[in-house]
Amino acid sequence: MSFLKIKNLSVDYPMRKETVYAAKDVNIEVNKGEILGLVGESGSGKSTVGNAIINLIDAPGKVSSGSVILGDLNIHEDPKNIVKYRGKKIGLIFQDPQTSLNPILTVGEQLIETIQTHLDLTNDEAKNKSIELLKEVGIKDAEKRFNNYPHQFSGGMRQRVVISLALCCEPELLIADEPTTALDVSIQSQILDLIKRLTKERNLAVILITHDMGVIAETADRVAVMKSGNLVEIGETKEILTKPKQIYTKSLVSSVPPTNKKISRFVIIEKENKSNQNNNIKILNRWNKKEIIEQDLVKINNLSKSFDDNFFTESSKNSVMAVDNVSFEIKEGESFGLVGESGSGKSTIAKMIVNLFKPSSGDIFFDNVCITKIKNKLEMMKFRKQIQMIFQDPYSSLNGRLKVKDIISEPIILHNPSISSNDLNSYIFDLLESVELSQKSSDRYPHEFSGGQRQRISIARALATQPRLLVCDEPTSALDVSIQAQILNLLKDLQEQLNLTILFISHDLPVVRQMCDRIGVLKDGKLCEVANTEEIFLKPQHDYTKKLLHLMPKIESIYN
Amino acid sequence: MFQVDNNISTWHRIKDSDIYHSFIKSPTAIVSSIILFIIFFCSFFVELITPYNPFDPSSLSLMEAFTPPSWTEDGMAKFILGTDGQGRDMLSTILYGSRISLIVGFSAILFSLILGVGLGLTAGYFGGKYEMVVMRLTDVQLTVPSILMALLVDGIARGVISREMHDEMAIYVLIFAIGISEWPQFARVSRAATLVEKNKDYVSASTIIGVSNIIIMFKHILPNILRPVLVIGTIGLALAIIAESTLSFLGVGVPPTTPSLGTLIRLGNDFLFSGEWWITFFPAIFLVILAFSINLLGDWMRDTLNPRLKK
Repeated sequence: MSFLKIKNLSVDYPMRKETVYAAKDVNIEVNKGEILGLVGESGSGKSTVGNAIINLIDAPGKVSSGSVILGDLNIHEDPKNIVKYRGKKIGLIFQDPQTSLNPILTVGEQLIETIQTHLDLTNDEAKNKSIELLKEVGIKDAEKRFNNYPHQFSGGMRQRVVISLALCCEPELLIADEPTTALDVSIQSQILDLIKRLTKERNLAVILITHDMGVIAETADRVAVMKSGNLVEIGETKEILTKPKQIYTKSLVSSVPPTNKKISRFVIIEKENKSNQNNNIKILNRWNKKEIIEQDLVKINNLSKSFDDNFFTESSKNSVMAVDNVSFEIKEGESFGLVGESGSGKSTIAKMIVNLFKPSSGDIFFDNVCITKIKNKLEMMKFRKQIQMIFQDPYSSLNGRLKVKDIISEPIILHNPSISSNDLNSYIFDLLESVELSQKSSDRYPHEFSGGQRQRISIARALATQPRLLVCDEPTSALDVSIQAQILNLLKDLQEQLNLTILFISHDLPVVRQMCDRIGVLKDGKLCEVANTEEIFLKPQHDYTKKLLHLMPKIESIYN
Repeated sequence: MFQVDNNISTWHRIKDSDIYHSFIKSPTAIVSSIILFIIFFCSFFVELITPYNPFDPSSLSLMEAFTPPSWTEDGMAKFILGTDGQGRDMLSTILYGSRISLIVGFSAILFSLILGVGLGLTAGYFGGKYEMVVMRLTDVQLTVPSILMALLVDGIARGVISREMHDEMAIYVLIFAIGISEWPQFARVSRAATLVEKNKDYVSASTIIGVSNIIIMFKHILPNILRPVLVIGTIGLALAIIAESTLSFLGVGVPPTTPSLGTLIRLGNDFLFSGEWWITFFPAIFLVILAFSINLLGDWMRDTLNPRLKK
C-alpha cells in the first residue's frame, strides 16, 4: 500500500482561445522511504503535478478531475484538509533559495513561526527544535546562525534553511521542485546527499521534480517521465534509464551528454526519422573559407579585470577581481572550453574577448594583433567582423521589435553596405537554412519562436559576418536536454564545415566534454589548469578540477 | 508554428492581440474612448458641425448676448447652451476653444516627449557625468512647480517678443512653457527603461557586430522603451490640457480673441455673480469630461501594458 496515491489527476488551464491541459490523467504512487524522480522538459507538467498535490494551482488553472490520497485521506475532498496538511504533513522545497525565504525576518523567526503554526509548542521549545533542525540539515554554529538574516547565508546554506523549514513539522511527504537548479555543482551534490540522508532517516516519501537526468540517476529510486501533461513512463530508475520502452524516453536519454566518453554526435530519435539528412551547409558557397593554419588564433596574456563597485571613492579597496591574471591560447580551428562555477569570471573573459569590456590589465591578441589597444574605429570593425558571440538567454538576445530578417540583415548590411536586396534576401535564406529554420521564419517576430529556435536565429546572426572565432557563452544552459543536443550537433556541424574556432563557455562539464578539444578550468577569476579534454577528465591535476569531476552528477552511475 | 498563414491582415492581428481583448472587456476604456472620439471629431471638424463662427464679428449680435440655455425660460432654441456676453453661441465657442486646448496639449506633450525621451535615452545609455548632469537637471526642474515655470517662460517671452507679435506667438510660447515643465517625467522613465534594456544581450550582440551607438539607441532601444513612455504620455496629455486651461484662466495663455477652454472659463467667471452661470459652467464641465476621459484611458493603458499586472 503506497503512501501517496495520485489517481487520474487532470489539471486544466482555460485560456482565451483554448483550454490547456497541464496534466492529463496522471497516475503516480509514492512509497515511504523512497525518492520518486519526476522528469520532463519545460512545459511537461511536472511542476503542475507537484503543485496539484498541495492544491497550489494558480488561477485560472484548476484540478478538473482525479484524486490525491495521502495515507488514507483524500486531501482534495475538503479544502480545509489541505490548509491543515500543507507545511505539516507535506513539506515543500522550491527552486530559488533567494526568494523562498523572507528577507526581513531572521531564519530563527521564520522557523519558529512555522513550527508554532502547526505544533502547540512554547517559544523556548520551538527555539530548541529549530536549532536541532538547523543542525540536522548541516548548518554549523546553529545557535549563532539562528539569529541571522537570510542574506547572511550563501545560496547552498539558504537551501539548507529552506529544507529545515520544510522539515520542521515532521512531514511525511516532501515535494522538492528543482531544488538544486539554481545552485553550483559542488553545492548541488551536498543538497542531494542531504535529501537522500533525510529520506532514509525520517522515512519520508519524496517527490523530486527536475529536468536533470544526472540528478535523477544519482538520487531517485523510481522515476516518472512526463511529456506535455501526460505520464509517459514510470518505473525503477535503472530500468527507465537503461531500457526505456517509450520513444520519448529513449530520445530523452540519448540526448543527455554522457560524462564518461566523447561521442561525435548526439543520436536524435524522432518519430519519423529524417531520411535525407542534408549534410552540406547552404552558406558554404558564400563562405570565404580560411584554411586552418597551425597557429594560435587567440592569445591571452595576463588578463585581469576588476569591477569598482563604489562610485565615489574609486579606490581599489572596494574593487572585485573578476578575472585575475589569466593567460591561455586558442588554436585556430579548435574548440576551447572554459568551465567554472558562477562568479568564476568565465563570462567576463568572453566579454573582454568580444570587446564589450576593456580589460584592467593584460592583452588579448587575435591573429597576432593586439585588439585591446586598437583605438581606431575602422580598424576595430575588421575584428568585430571576425569575432562573434552567442548568448545564454535566447529571450533577451533578440530584439523583440524587429523581424527575424531585420535581425539577421543588420550585420550583413553593416559590413557590406553595397549588397543588393536580392542577394541580401538569398543570403538570409541561406543562413536560416544553415541553422535548420525555414525561409518563412524571416517574416516573423522572435516571440513566435521557441527557445531552441531563437538560439538558432542567434547563431544565424553570428554567422552572418563570416566570423573566424565564435564565442559561445552558455549557449544551451537555458534549453531542454533534447533541444540542447540539437543545438550542440548544429554547432559541431558548423564548426566542421566552416573551419570555425569556438570558445565554449559552460558550467556543465558533460557538455564541455562533448564539445571541446581543450579545456581551461576557472575558479574565482584564476585559471586552475588548461589541458586536453581527455586529460582533464581522466587525469585531472588540480585539486579543484578533481573536486568538480567528483561532484558532477553522472547518469552513468546507474549502470554500476 | 510554421503552419500559420503568412498573410494575416493587420486587422486580424489586432483582433487577436491581448490589448484588443482587454479593451473590449473594459467598459471604462470603451466609454472613455467613445467620448474622446466624439470630442476630437467635433473639435477638429468644428466648421462642418456648428452653424456659427464665434470668431466672425459680423455674425454676432449683441442683442442676443446673455441668452440662457435653451431649456430655461428665456432660452432660444437656436442657442442650445445659450450665448456669452458678446452673443457668441456657447456650444460653438466651446468646440472652437477645445480645438485650441487640444492642439496646445498635444503639441506640448509631443515637445516634452521628444525632449525628455531624447535626454533620458542618451543619459541612460551613455551614463557617467553626462547622465549625472541630465538627471540633476530633472531634479532641479521638478522643484519648480510647473505652473510657476510656465509663468516664468511666459514672462520672459513677453519681455523678448514685441507686443504686436505677442498675440500671434502666444500659442507657441504656451506650448513651449507647458512642454518645458513636463519633460523630466519622460526623461526619468525613459532613462530607467534604458538602463534595463541596455544590459540585455541583444544590445551586446549589436555592439559586437559593430553597430554604432546612435543606431543602437534609436533602432534597438527606443522601440523597446516606448510602452511606459506612451502611458505617461497619455496621462501627461490630460495634465497639459489642464495646465493650458490654468494658464489661460490666469490670463497668460491664449488671447481672448481666439479663446481656449481656460479663456472661456475666465471670461465667464466675471458673470458668475450676476447670475449668468452657463458662460463659465459649460466650458468647465467640458474640460472636466475631457481630462477625465483621457485619464481613464491612460489608467486602462497602464494596467494593460504593465507586464506585472498581466493575468
